[in-house]
Amino acid sequence: MAAIAISWLRDADQALRQAKAQSKAALLDFSAAPM
Amino acid sequence: MAQFISSEFIPVKIHVKEQPETFKRFGAQWTPTLLVMSPEGVECHRIEGFLPADDLIAELALGLGKVAFKREDYAEAERRYRFVYETYPKFDKAAEAVYWAGVSRYKSSNDAKKLEETEKQLTTKYPGSEWARKGSVWAHS
Repeated sequence: MAAIAISWLRDADQALRQAKAQSKAALLDFSAAPM
Repeated sequence: MAQFISSEFIPVKIHVKEQPETFKRFGAQWTPTLLVMSPEGVECHRIEGFLPADDLIAELALGLGKVAFKREDYAEAERRYRFVYETYPKFDKAAEAVYWAGVSRYKSSNDAKKLEETEKQLTTKYPGSEWARKGSVWAHS
């Protein structure tokens, strides 16, 4: 079975807009790891 | 982990070298830092530093409880907090989840018995914890 990949957005404001529209929580991951 | 994050959140990754201004805007001073935000854009939970997968899922689940509580959806908050302490009873913050599940039950019912029951649960399962001490005020309330 293929592993599920997370579709990370790269724009915090876009994520917050989508969260509001879908009534879901947003998860902001501040990272220094290679992307 | 990936399934949990994908199903429960709108996830966004912000790299320190690409978006230092976004780090500043949200007060992220270390990596990794994870913020759980309500749909209204209010920060409800902050996780700073690396965590093993199980601890991270428990932290994110706790954050979802805080989101529901912030939105005054106390039935959902209780369900989220209960998931944390039932699924991860040895998680460092399980006692905190028990405490807030009890507060959520009280908020839903306005029945002080719910707090008394929670105090018993805390002293039985997590004696000596900070949250048992906080709940001690509910004994025989």
